[in-house]
Amino acid sequence: MAANNSNALLRVEDLYLYFRATKGVVQAVDGVSLNLHRNEAMVVLGESGCGKTTLAKAILRLLPRNVHKYTGKVYLDKQNLMDLNDEEYRRDIRWVKISMVPQAAMNSLNPVLRVGDQVAEPLEAHYSLKKEALAQARDVFQRVGVPVDFMSRYAFELSGGMRQRVAIAMALVTSPDLVILDEPTSALDVLTQANIMNVLKRIKKETETSFILITHDISTSSELADRVACMYAGHIVELNDADHFFTKPFHPYSQKLMASVPTLRQTKQLEFIPGQPPSLVNLVPGCRFAPRCPSRFEKCADDPPVVDMGERRHVKCWLYAQGKEKS
Amino acid sequence: MTTDIESKNNSLLSVRDLHTWFELRKWGFGRAGFVRAVDGVDFELGYGEAVAFVGESGCGKSTLAKTILGIHRPTKGAVVFEGRALGKLKAQEMQWYHSQVGYVQQDPYGALPPFMNVQHILEEPLLINKVTSKAERDRRIHEVMTEVKMTPVDDFLQKFPHMLSGGQQQRVVVARSMIMRPKLIIADEPVSMLDASVRVEILMLLRALQQSHNLAVSYITHDLSTVRYFSERICVMYAAKIVEQAPVDDLLREPLHPYTLALIAAIPDPDANNARTFKEVPPGEPPSLINPPPGCRFHPRCAHVIQGLCDQQEPPSFEARPHHLVECWLFK
Repeated sequence: MAANNSNALLRVEDLYLYFRATKGVVQAVDGVSLNLHRNEAMVVLGESGCGKTTLAKAILRLLPRNVHKYTGKVYLDKQNLMDLNDEEYRRDIRWVKISMVPQAAMNSLNPVLRVGDQVAEPLEAHYSLKKEALAQARDVFQRVGVPVDFMSRYAFELSGGMRQRVAIAMALVTSPDLVILDEPTSALDVLTQANIMNVLKRIKKETETSFILITHDISTSSELADRVACMYAGHIVELNDADHFFTKPFHPYSQKLMASVPTLRQTKQLEFIPGQPPSLVNLVPGCRFAPRCPSRFEKCADDPPVVDMGERRHVKCWLYAQGKEKS
Repeated sequence: MTTDIESKNNSLLSVRDLHTWFELRKWGFGRAGFVRAVDGVDFELGYGEAVAFVGESGCGKSTLAKTILGIHRPTKGAVVFEGRALGKLKAQEMQWYHSQVGYVQQDPYGALPPFMNVQHILEEPLLINKVTSKAERDRRIHEVMTEVKMTPVDDFLQKFPHMLSGGQQQRVVVARSMIMRPKLIIADEPVSMLDASVRVEILMLLRALQQSHNLAVSYITHDLSTVRYFSERICVMYAAKIVEQAPVDDLLREPLHPYTLALIAAIPDPDANNARTFKEVPPGEPPSLINPPPGCRFHPRCAHVIQGLCDQQEPPSFEARPHHLVECWLFK
C-alpha cells in the first residue's frame, strides 16, 4: 500500500503490535498500512476490541510492558520513527509532532492543577518556555472556544464539554503536525458533540494539522472525515475516501456496518451483523470476517490480499481480487 | 394537561404532575435546597404502546424511570398503574407491581450479579414471586431464553455473566425483565453501551417482544436516531420537564419546540458532506436543576425568545396539532 506521494505526512507500513497474555498472543494490530496527507482527517472505524486504540498507541509508541512483537515502519515526513530510540522519540516526536487526546480525556485532567497551567505544561516540558507558554495556552484556549478566564479554574469546575475542549487544547498547544483523537465525543451529549466537532472542523480549516479520529460512532465521524479506515479484528479491511465510504463501501463488513447505522432523516431497514468478532488470541488463518460474511466463498479460507482500487482506495477482500492480485 | 384522550380509559400507566426532588444537605442536617430532577411531568401510556423519552444527560429521564419503578419516592404527584396509585400500595402489592414492570438497565455487565449463573439469575424473580414448582420454573426459563434467541438454551444456563459477550449479557437482562410476563418494560438506555452492529439486534429484539406480547415499553435514550425504529410516540425532555410530546413521524418531520429543532439539527446522518458545513448549536448549557431559570427553562439559549413572556412565565402545554403537545409560548 505504499504511496510515494510527496504530500504524505504519515505513512504506516506493515505495522504489527502483538501482546503477550495468559491465554496466548493477542494480535491487536496485525500488518496495518495507511497513509495520511497534510491537513487531512482520517477516521478509524470499528467495533470495540478491533484494535483501533492500539493502532493509535502503536503510532505514538505508548506501549505497555507485555509487548510481544512491535515491527513495521512509521514514516512521518519521510523520517522513519521506528529508527528512533525511546528517548529521542519522547524528545522529538511525542507531543512535538504527534499528540493525542486519549479516550475519556476529560476525566483524566489533573485535579490539583489549574487547567491553564496544565495546557501550558507540554510547552514547558519540551521548549522550557514559562511566560510564553501561558500566552500560547491562552491563544489555544480561544481557538477551542473556552473562555480565557477559565484558565485559572480547576477541572472539576468545568462541564464535560469544556473539559473535553481543554483536553483538545492540550493536544494542540505545541502545534503538532498530527493529532490523534480517541473517541473525543463518545461520552458527551448531542449538542456538545456538535460543538466539539465544529471546533475540530474550524481548527482543521485554519491550520495545517492532520487528524486521526478513532471512533465507533459512524454518524458523528462523518463530520470530520476526509478518509475512512475501517478496522476488523486487527486488520484494516478498507481504506476509502469519505464520499465513497459513506455511500458505497467496498468491503462486506463496511457495507453491513453502514446498514446498521440508524438514520434520522430517512427510513431504511436496519440490519445487524449476526455473530460476534473473533477473539484476537489464536486467530485462525483466512479472512477474519468470513464466519459472519454473507458473500463468503471457498477462497475466504486463505488470507485475503489487499486490493488497490485506485485513488488511494484499498480493500482487503477476495471479492475484489479478480485479476488485480497484489500480494 | 393529560394527553392522548383516546387511551385515557384503557391507559396502563398514567403519570400525573410528577415531581421528584432530591434534598441537598448542608453540614449533614441543614437544608440547602433541592435538585428538581423531575419537575411536573404528565403522560399516559396505553397497553402495548412504546414511548421514547429523549433528552440530554441530567434532564431527569432516568430519575423519571426510577420514580415509575418505585425506586425513588415522588415529592408530589402520582404514578397510577392500572388505576392504582403507586404510593398507596402495601408491601405485598408492591411486589405484585414489580412483577408487572420489567426494568432493562443501561450497563448489562453492571446489572447482572457476577457470582450467579444465567440459570440462577433468571430463577430468582420466580422464587421471589413464589413459583414453587421446579419444573414450572425450568419451563419458563427455557421459554424466555428462546424468546430472546439465546439458543441452545442449555449451553447458556450454566454460564456466568463474564463469559458472555455484551450483546448476550443484554439479552439475559431482557430475559430477566420478561420472565414474570410484565405488562410494562422500562428500558433505560438499553443499547448505549453496545457496538453498532449489536445495538440494532437488541432494539429489533425488544421491538419484536413488544409486539408479540402487547407490551408497553418506555424507552429512555439520548439517541434520537434510534427512536424512529422503536416507538410510536416521543417525549422530549429538557431540564426536568417534557417540552414536546408527539407521534414519532410527526415530531421528526415537523418539530415545533426550539430545543427539539436544535437537537435534531445537531444529530448527523452518515454523509461525507457533513464535513463541509458547520452546525448551528444553541449557545450555553442546560441549566442547573437546583436553581432553574424562571419562565421557560430553555429561554436563555433560545433564538426565538419573547422578552417579558418567556423569561417570566412558565409556558403551559399547548396542543399545536392533534396529539402534538408543546410547552412553548410560540404556539399560544
